[in-house]
Parts: sequence; C-alpha cells; structure tokens
Amino acid sequence: MAVVEVRNLSKSYADVLAVDDLTFSVEPGEILGLIGPNGAGKSSAIKMILDFMKPDSGMVMIFDQPMQETFKDRIGYLPEERGLYKKLTAMQLILYLASLKGMDKKTAEERANVLLERVGMLENKDKKNKEMSKGMGQLIQFIITVVHDPDLVILDEPFSGLDPVRTESVQAIIRDLRDQGKSVILSTHQMNKVEELCDNVLMINRGKTVLYGGIPASRAKFRKHSVRIETDDNWSGIEGIIEIKKLNGSVELILEPEITPEQILDQLRTQGVRINRFEVTTPSLNEIFLELAGRNHE
Amino acid sequence: MNKVLLLFKHEFIQAIKKPGYIILTLLIPVLALVVIGVVHLFSSMIGPAENELSRVGYVDEIGIFNAFTDQGLIQFVPFISEEVAFAALLDSEIDEIIIIPSDFYTTISIQRYTMTRELETPVGKRSIIGSFLTRNMLKDDVSPDLIDAVLTPLKLNITRLDEDGSVSDSQGNIGNIIIPSLYAFLLSMALMFGSNSLISGLGEEKESRLIEVLFSSVSVNQMLTGKVLALGAAGLLQVLLWLASSPLILNLASSVLGGFLMFIQIPSNFIVFGVIYFVLGYLLFSMLAVTIGGIVSTAADGHNLSMLYIMAGYIPLWTFGAFINFPESPIWVVLSLFPITAPTQTMLRLGVSDIPAWQMVSSIGILVLSIAIGQYLSVKIFRTFMLMYGKRPKVKEIFRALKTA
Repeated sequence: MAVVEVRNLSKSYADVLAVDDLTFSVEPGEILGLIGPNGAGKSSAIKMILDFMKPDSGMVMIFDQPMQETFKDRIGYLPEERGLYKKLTAMQLILYLASLKGMDKKTAEERANVLLERVGMLENKDKKNKEMSKGMGQLIQFIITVVHDPDLVILDEPFSGLDPVRTESVQAIIRDLRDQGKSVILSTHQMNKVEELCDNVLMINRGKTVLYGGIPASRAKFRKHSVRIETDDNWSGIEGIIEIKKLNGSVELILEPEITPEQILDQLRTQGVRINRFEVTTPSLNEIFLELAGRNHE
Repeated sequence: MNKVLLLFKHEFIQAIKKPGYIILTLLIPVLALVVIGVVHLFSSMIGPAENELSRVGYVDEIGIFNAFTDQGLIQFVPFISEEVAFAALLDSEIDEIIIIPSDFYTTISIQRYTMTRELETPVGKRSIIGSFLTRNMLKDDVSPDLIDAVLTPLKLNITRLDEDGSVSDSQGNIGNIIIPSLYAFLLSMALMFGSNSLISGLGEEKESRLIEVLFSSVSVNQMLTGKVLALGAAGLLQVLLWLASSPLILNLASSVLGGFLMFIQIPSNFIVFGVIYFVLGYLLFSMLAVTIGGIVSTAADGHNLSMLYIMAGYIPLWTFGAFINFPESPIWVVLSLFPITAPTQTMLRLGVSDIPAWQMVSSIGILVLSIAIGQYLSVKIFRTFMLMYGKRPKVKEIFRALKTA
C-alpha cells in the first residue's frame, strides 16, 4: 500500500499550468526527493497532497484513500517559509501544535524532550520564539513536524539556515523515520542531501515530471560515454578519444561510440601510466538538475 | 480534547493577554472616571464664581425699576447716569452695569457692561436680570404669586399610556436611553476590537506561514470556529467587565452630575435583545473579518480594508444626536434592518420607542440570513485565497472563486 499516490495531477492558475499530469507514489519506509527549479510546481503539488487546494484534474490518495480530516493527525508538514507564535516558548509551541495533532500532553512532552536533546536544543525549551535565532526556530518547527510520530512527513527545505552539526542531527532523525517505516517527501534544492538521504527522486520542471526513479538508476540514465581519470603521469597517443576536457585535478575523456571504457583503461596500463582514479563518468544530481532545468534553475 | 476547543482555549488566552485588549478593557472605565473627574473639577472651578455675591449697577431711563433690588446672589444698585455708574465700575464698587433704555418696552433690549471676558451672559445671571426686570414691570398690576408662577420654568411631565389607557410600564424619558446608548457604545467598541484581533491573528499567521502548519492539523472550519468563538468570548468578557464597573461609575457620575441615577430605566427585554444582538453582531463582524483576513496578505492591509465596515457600524453612534431629536424618522428603521448597523441601532431604538414586532423579526432574520450566507461565502473565499501571498486578489477573481468554489 502506497502512503501517497498521485495520479495525473494537474493544476493551473489563470493561464499558467503549475502542475501538469504529475504521477508518483511514496511507499512506507521511503524518502522521496522532490526537486525542481523555483516555480516548477513543487509547492503546488505539496499543497494538493495536503488538500490545501483542489486539483483541476487527477487524484491524490493518502493511506490508500482520498484525503480525510482524520489523516491530518498522521501527517507532519514543514513549510518552506517558517514562522511561529512569537510570544510562546519552544515547549509551549511544541505542546500546543502537538495537541492539535491529537497528542496528549504527557507523551508530547516526553517526545519533545527527546527530540530537543537530539538537536541540542533542550536548554532552550523555555525560551520564547522571539528570543531564538532563525536556525533555532527552524529546529523547533522541525520538532513540531515530527513530534507526533507521523506516518507521512513532508519537509520543504528542512536544512536551510542550519549549521552543519544541526543539519546532521536533522538528517539522522529523517533516516530514523525511514528506518521506522515512515514515508518522507523531502523537497529541497540541496542536491547533495537528496543523494545522501533519498531512495527515489522526482524532478519536476514547469509542472512536468522530467526525472523519476531511484537515485543510482536516475544518475545512470544520464551517464555519458566518457571516462574521468586522475593521474600524476604524462600520457599521450590514446586512441578512440573525441575530446579531452580538463577538470579540476582530473580530465574527462569523451569516447568514440565504438570504444569502451575498458579499452581506454587497457591502453593506459600498456603505457605504464599510474592511475589514481578511473571512473565511468556519471553526472551528479546537481549536474542532471542543471541540464534538465537549464537556465530556469535557482 | 476536541480541536475546536483546543483552538478556542489557545486563542482566548492569547487574546486576553494582548496589551491592546488589557489597555482597552481598563481604558473605558478609567476614561469614564477621568471624564467625571474633569467635569467635577470644571464645575468646582466655575461654581464658586456663580455663587459669589455680585453687585450690578443699573441706569433706569424709564423710572419704574426701583423694587426687588435684592435678588439673592445679585444685588442691583441704581445709578442716576451712565457716567456715575461707569465711575463706580472703574472704582470696583460694582461688578457690572446694565442700562435699561427708554425704549425698552418696544425693543426688549438692554445693554450690559462688564470687565470680565465672556462668550455669553451666564444662564443664571441672565435669569436673575430677567426676573428683576419682569417683577418690576408687573409689580403694580399682577399679584406676587402670579409673578412667581410666570417666572418659574415650566415642568412638562410626560406619562405614557398603553392602548388600554393604563399607565405604561415603559416610560419613554431620557433615563431610558442612558443604558442603551452606553451598551451601543460598548458593543461597537467590542465589535471593533474583535474584528481587529481576528484580522491581526490571521494576518500574523499568514505572514509567518504558520497558517499552513495549522491547516495541516485542523480544517478551515475548525480553525475559524475556534478563533471566532474565542474572540467572541474575549469580547463578551470585556463588555461584562465594563458593565460590572458601570454601577460605580454611574454612582460617581450621578453624584457629580446631579443625581440622574434615579431616572435610569432599563427598557423591557433589553437584556434578552442585548445578548441576541451581541452574539449576532459578533458573528457578522467576525465573518467580515475572516473574509478580509483571507484576501489580504498582511494584517496592516486587513486593518485598512476593515475600516469600511467598522466605520459603517459606527453610523448609529455618529447620528445619535439626530436620532434623539427625531426618533420616529424612517431612517432608523432602515438602519435597524441593515445588518452592519442593526445591532447598535436596534439597541438604541429600544431605549426611546417601541419597535414593532415585524421590525424586530425582520432585523434579526436579515442578520441571521446575512451571517449564514456570509459565513458560507467567507469560508470559500478564505479557503481559496488563504495561501495566496504577496498580492491582493481583484474583485473579479473573488467572484470567480466564489463561482467555482
């Protein structure tokens, strides 16, 4: 049973098609990376999943059924732009918003203390929101998102504004959620985080799906017919190369169609070149993003 | 716990803790006490001057004004000519002069000279001078008792009868309007506060995007119901506190302003209709605030836009003077039926006249209908535009949203 199933979802605002025939699903224990340039339709898709707005066509199933009010207690949502009641303390905020998710005060307080400890915020639990830094407020809002132990977590840019230590704490909690069988939709522009955390990636551009699948498979799809090598020795006379691109500390060799990477490796070995690194060129998600999003990327 | 109850509890506590709420709640009684104090101070400042014995010199060019020169606080001193009288005034032997000209019977006009700066002759002094002149003019032809009767101001006592000729329980004197006008004023203040609080809260939640977190936990209806009820309760608490402080204030005012408390009457059914119109007024203004809160991106924008209906809601108070003088004008019926002005205007009308049953039923019916239709539409508008940030939708877009919602 998919936790989220989206089929042929479309939505337009006036004359702009924001989401165009989007189809994907999220299984239990899966982290789906949702990526795309600004205005690609990510937020619109999230808002339709959460039933904040209705699609023009298509459908969204949550826990195998159309969205219902009772499902909201099983969902945690962290919006991209964040803000909380300024005059409440961290603990008051967590307890109030957890109560709206149907949690009793005692359990919420216990879980809040554990999560605050994990992100290094326990000593700030009685601090008012207006006295906290942006990053601290963000951590509180992340805790609010997961404190009620939701089955589906939707995170929009959860790492922006966090220092590396706290980023790692948040990542660890997200991994734990997956290990506990929870489903996570992670919308972010930080491609390295998608590669580190996500099982699947959904890239949308101008409302349409441009890439969808497992991370390794998706990267393999964009694999070029080239190899990247790092060596301290000089070499020359390698056959079957169309172009040599100098990179930072390495070179990329674009190969003729009939030449295989193994043949290149054999020629280098024959010349006695000592090779520090040899790999079939596979683009990073960032490179794929730039290629697909073109000039529309952020 | 029910989510509406949780929202209610949170919103109510936040509302009554707001400095604006606390200040306004305390401000009204304090302001009333200050006004009473100022009136008291003012009257004590001007009181002794009026009570001081004053000597008024006069020149009688007719020759009949020679009796009744001792008029209590004013003693009239005759002078044979203006020159002598002016000399006495400059020597401070007298305080002022009046000249009764020879053509006084035809002009009914006298000249008064004084060293003090006055906008107008004080009422008390005018009355005593008038009494002095009248008594002298009539002394030879009319009995003193009849002169006293002529000079005594008319007391016009009104007794209202019911249709069967019996004395009505509800007498329409000025004491009847005091409580309704006080209530109408407090109701208008409470409605304005409630509406502004709702817009501020929604604006803050929209600006911070907290509204998205809330809607991932509760429905639009749950959130709006919790907010409206909480702010209604906060407004009711405020009015109750004001009313609770009113006996003290009215007592003080009564002692300062001359014991009017004994004339105060509470119109029949006033409390029942007071509660009905408070609840309906609150719901109507909340509905309007929710609509505006849904459309605008910031609280500041919302407050500007809300002035349209808040100002309209104050029309019965602005036109209060005209209402007192012409209570039977049909315009008050129209304002009693128009939903935004109905709560305050109807409560004011209850103080001065009987409102026909059909008008009460129509007023409440139209108000209930407006709230029901408005509530439905405002939730639609709110749901459509709640996540639209940075730009206010055009009227055309709002109508399109209502059509498609």
